[in-house]
Amino acid sequence: MTKSPANSAATLKEWPLWEVFVRSKQGIEHKHCGSLHAADARQALQMARDVYTRRQEGVSIWVLPSAAITASDPQDKDMMFEPAVDKIYRHPTFFVIPDEVGHM
Amino acid sequence: MKTETSLALSDYVLHLADNALVLGQRNAEWCGHGPILEEDLALANNALDLIGQARLLYQYAAMLQGEGASEDALAYLRDASQYRNYTLLELPHSTALAPTARCERDYAVTIVRNFLYSALMVLVWEQLQVSRDEQLAAIGAKSLKEARYHLRHARDWLLRFGDGTAESHARAQAALDFLLPYTQEFWTATEVESAALASEIALDLASARPQWDMLVHDAVLEATLVLSPMHGFVPTGKLAVHSEHLGFLLAEMQSLARQHPGAVW
Repeated sequence: MTKSPANSAATLKEWPLWEVFVRSKQGIEHKHCGSLHAADARQALQMARDVYTRRQEGVSIWVLPSAAITASDPQDKDMMFEPAVDKIYRHPTFFVIPDEVGHM
Repeated sequence: MKTETSLALSDYVLHLADNALVLGQRNAEWCGHGPILEEDLALANNALDLIGQARLLYQYAAMLQGEGASEDALAYLRDASQYRNYTLLELPHSTALAPTARCERDYAVTIVRNFLYSALMVLVWEQLQVSRDEQLAAIGAKSLKEARYHLRHARDWLLRFGDGTAESHARAQAALDFLLPYTQEFWTATEVESAALASEIALDLASARPQWDMLVHDAVLEATLVLSPMHGFVPTGKLAVHSEHLGFLLAEMQSLARQHPGAVW
């Protein structure tokens, strides 16, 4: 067990938050499916198993500390994403995909 | 006319089934009352695994008994004096001297019991999955995976409790001291077990004991707890002579089936 500065009531009440990613089947990417509180990574993994894969949702789980995620600011949404809206030429929709290529 | 072997086998299967059902029922008592949401779900998962094992075993026992026996009748219409589960599994979640199911539940008792039992069952299912009896082998193979997870879950919490706060350490130690003597029942062979062993259906529990001792010893050591020597009264649950707690557990579990005999969804 980790000999962290645990054991204080405050620490126990403040289990860090973890983000849970589940791969639904081999070959598919892990998808974010929720978050949970846990004392450490191993416990987070175990809890994720019990909370998020009870109905055969997954074959693999990742957990990572929510604090490790750097997210874009919702207030920057216009500046960040609006400029892309009218640039449809960035979508490769003008190409005809040969049948033999199949799904792309 | 049933042969003696198939009757001995059905008694042995009932012992396994009753173990799973009674502990499943106890663990299900945490549903909606878990210490944290994730553990609430974990214990409900565990209970459903155990009840699933019990169903397969009761179906098999009913088939062996024939003459109109059914899984529902075996689970819901037998009394405490016919149940063959280990006494350990029927105890309330409490270390109080005279506990009742209404005592404040102590999660340490739940965890320590699940640990002691799943450490045994991992060994039992490992052996049974190669049993000469095909049905038991199939049930063993399925249940082994579940038991391995139950063991990991309980062992992990045992370590966290033992090596956690002063309070969690004290509770885990008290639960261990309270429950450990009940495990003596694991190692006394009944006639039913001896018969199953003689017909090469079941395993020789005595041969599993060193492994169980090691599993328990290692975890307890890692959890900074101590194993007290076992002595005194050896419980007789698997001989169908139980503590006072099983009757209450069954009364609650069977109430619906007994009030509405033969009811279906």
